[in-house]
Amino acid sequence: MSGMVSFTVNGTPVTAPTEGDEALLFHLRNRLGLTAARFGCGQEQCGACIVQIDGQPRYACGTSVAALEGCAVTTPEALSGDPVGQALIQAFAAETAGQCGYCLAGILISAHALLSASPQPSQDQIIAALDRHLCRCGANGAILRAIRRAADTLAEATA
Amino acid sequence: MNAAPAPALPKSLQDNPALGQWLSLATPGRVAITPGKVELGQGIATALAQIAAEELDLPLSRIDAQPVDTDLSANEGLTAGSQSVEISGASLRLAAAQARAALLDAAAARLGADTASLTCDDGTILREGAATGLDFWALAADLDWQQPVTGQIEPKPVAALRLVGTSAPRADLMPKATQGGFIHDLTLPDMLHARVIRQPVRLARLAEVDQAWLARRHPGLSVIRKGDFLALTGDDEYQLHSAHLEAEFFTRWDDPAQPWHPTATPPETAIMAAEPPVNAANRRLTARYSRQSIAHGSIGPSCALAQWLDGRLTVWTHSQGIFPLRAVIARTLGLAPADVRVIHADGSGCYGHNGADDAALDAAIVAMERPGRPIRLQWSREDELSRGPVGAAMSATIEAALDGDDRVASWRMSVTSAPHAQRPGFGGFANLTSAEALDPSSRPLQVEDLPQAAGGGASRNAVAIYDLPGQDVRVRLDAESPVRTSSLRALGAHLNVYAIESAMDELAALAGADPLRFRLRHLSDPRCRAVLEQAAQMAGWPGPDGEGEGRSMGLGVARYKNKSAWLAAVAQVSVDESIRVERLWLAVDAGRLINPEGARSQIEGGALQSLSWTTKEGIALVDGRIPPLDWDSYPILRFSELPQIETRFIIDPAHPPLGAGEAAQGPVAAAIGNAVARALGARLRDLPLTRERMMQTLLEE
Ligand code: FES
Ligand code: FES
Repeated sequence: MSGMVSFTVNGTPVTAPTEGDEALLFHLRNRLGLTAARFGCGQEQCGACIVQIDGQPRYACGTSVAALEGCAVTTPEALSGDPVGQALIQAFAAETAGQCGYCLAGILISAHALLSASPQPSQDQIIAALDRHLCRCGANGAILRAIRRAADTLAEATA
Repeated sequence: MNAAPAPALPKSLQDNPALGQWLSLATPGRVAITPGKVELGQGIATALAQIAAEELDLPLSRIDAQPVDTDLSANEGLTAGSQSVEISGASLRLAAAQARAALLDAAAARLGADTASLTCDDGTILREGAATGLDFWALAADLDWQQPVTGQIEPKPVAALRLVGTSAPRADLMPKATQGGFIHDLTLPDMLHARVIRQPVRLARLAEVDQAWLARRHPGLSVIRKGDFLALTGDDEYQLHSAHLEAEFFTRWDDPAQPWHPTATPPETAIMAAEPPVNAANRRLTARYSRQSIAHGSIGPSCALAQWLDGRLTVWTHSQGIFPLRAVIARTLGLAPADVRVIHADGSGCYGHNGADDAALDAAIVAMERPGRPIRLQWSREDELSRGPVGAAMSATIEAALDGDDRVASWRMSVTSAPHAQRPGFGGFANLTSAEALDPSSRPLQVEDLPQAAGGGASRNAVAIYDLPGQDVRVRLDAESPVRTSSLRALGAHLNVYAIESAMDELAALAGADPLRFRLRHLSDPRCRAVLEQAAQMAGWPGPDGEGEGRSMGLGVARYKNKSAWLAAVAQVSVDESIRVERLWLAVDAGRLINPEGARSQIEGGALQSLSWTTKEGIALVDGRIPPLDWDSYPILRFSELPQIETRFIIDPAHPPLGAGEAAQGPVAAAIGNAVARALGARLRDLPLTRERMMQTLLEE
């Protein structure tokens, strides 16, 4: 099953061979040099690899590149380029939301999808959006505070 | 200059006396600091930069914390045991203070001025407040960088501190989160990927590799086989990853010739000895508490890079101890230590001796077989959870009795534990899994505990902080453990404090006393009393509840290592279908804080990790071995299980800083255990406190 597939990554067109059935995570890291989405388990169990596909958070470790025809992939590298992403990055820095930071890329992506869809999420909505992410450093509390803070900043900006 | 009587120098300064081993002004406008403590995700690089900037009167932005490198950095041994800021910070502080004084002296010599008339601001030298045209970098060449740091130059007094004690932001965090910066993200030109196929059990013999099958299914990969060490290499990491998952289809292993058996079981050690009580009191407690092995569970699996080029081996690793690791790698591969350079790169959060060192040797072995090419080797999730060193399984039995005045009259605690200290080089053994695969005779033949002076391992916090007459404490190492155990955050303190604090609650119940009052009755250490009372006050102790009502508070307190930070915890739990920790209140005395926000995040992180260990984690061995694990079979705390946490510090600026990163592990476990016991009206003594354990205990009652 050889052929080519075309999609975009952070707005840039990409073509990739379907042969080998490469997982998106490895494609991003090794072929496109985008290293922020991270390998944690390769089993859709930790959330470290999560990216957005057409705006939805998806496991890059479990998504085959071959299935991406026409899709728009957004990786953590693109977050600094839009207002929601910027608000999140600033809020995470202000709250020191993270210790080692390994889990953060995926968490930021999920938080970005959440705030883009519901700018004023309830605490339960935030928790639900993050529940597939693991953080072993125990930075969870600060991460929740940071997402709340980003939502508040965005609300003030549009008020 | 201010000559004080020479205080005892910190150990790191005794080992690395030269000023130039700590900092350098080689780049104009920049100060490179080169301490030997590594970033483990705890923010130490920021805390050390704050200290240097403070003493040199520089803004934080001028300080560059250099990657720790055996060719360039001070040799400070391991970064472990919460002592990084205590030891490394104290050393760097004295070095920076001396550098500042020497620079002012050098300026005075050039200007023909009195040193006392000179000050500095952002690196420029001022005379009576006026510019002199000199700066640190112009003067750097005048200094003898080999001069020993004597400790004679007094650092700034506490009252003059401007940066230390503030919550400087972590400059490294967000770039890492949105770009790269972990060892996993390093790429070198012409890099070759590698995976190790691990022995299914220690000392298993590699019987067969079906290379033909592999070549058909994964053309492009190649095999490295040396003894029982087996690795695959390839240019395409995804192909390698896929092949690794299929290892069972092309490898066959034989059981070890003999079951795992180290040769020497060390005798029981008396940490504190007392005569057995004479008159048998009528109210007594005998209780045994335990935990299973615990996985480190870093979110990023271990990773290393290595390159063998022109007779020199360079290894990039997220090890906690690059100098000891260099020695073991050199010995294992038959190289001179000078021919091995080990460079630290940041890994995923590190909570002790995990697979980092193993991965470094793995990569080094592969690099020797593929000369010239940089090798990048990464572990699988399963290997990370199941094949790295794990935290030691332990049990502690406490026998105690009350006298007629409801005071503890006797207290005997005996601890049995797998080893907590099997780091590379300890006891003269490699203690690396691939060293055993290359040569089974390199396995450790005896085990020992960390000495008490280092805080002990199995014995850590086994001595209760209370005034207990006849306190008798004994520790026995279980040398039979077939599982590779080593240092995990807080070592024995997690279970020991859990046991002591559970027993204190059980004794309080025998005495019909409130657990807080019962503790205070036995507690003369003023700083310990202060944190305990503070935590109780924050929580509104004892809460509105009654025994066995389904929602309760519990408390736990300890001074980490009996010589570091004090921490008291109150937990509120609810128990119905399952056990849920709803709230945690923490009161901490860690002396003066270098970076309050950093300290808080370390303590709260430790508290959540302890909550996870205590309520969810434990490895059940299958046929004496760790089964393959993933995040489904080894679950850890999730966002939906998060309690509300409130932390308060008790700060007396006159008290020097004390490591706090591990202080929460024991007290939080104890607070949860005690809260669960009250809520349930029955006590679960064996960790983890899972729903299954709860049901079992209730059935047995
Ligand atoms: S790496 Fe994809 S979920 Fe863990
Ligand atoms: S900050 Fe280390 S895993 Fe989340």
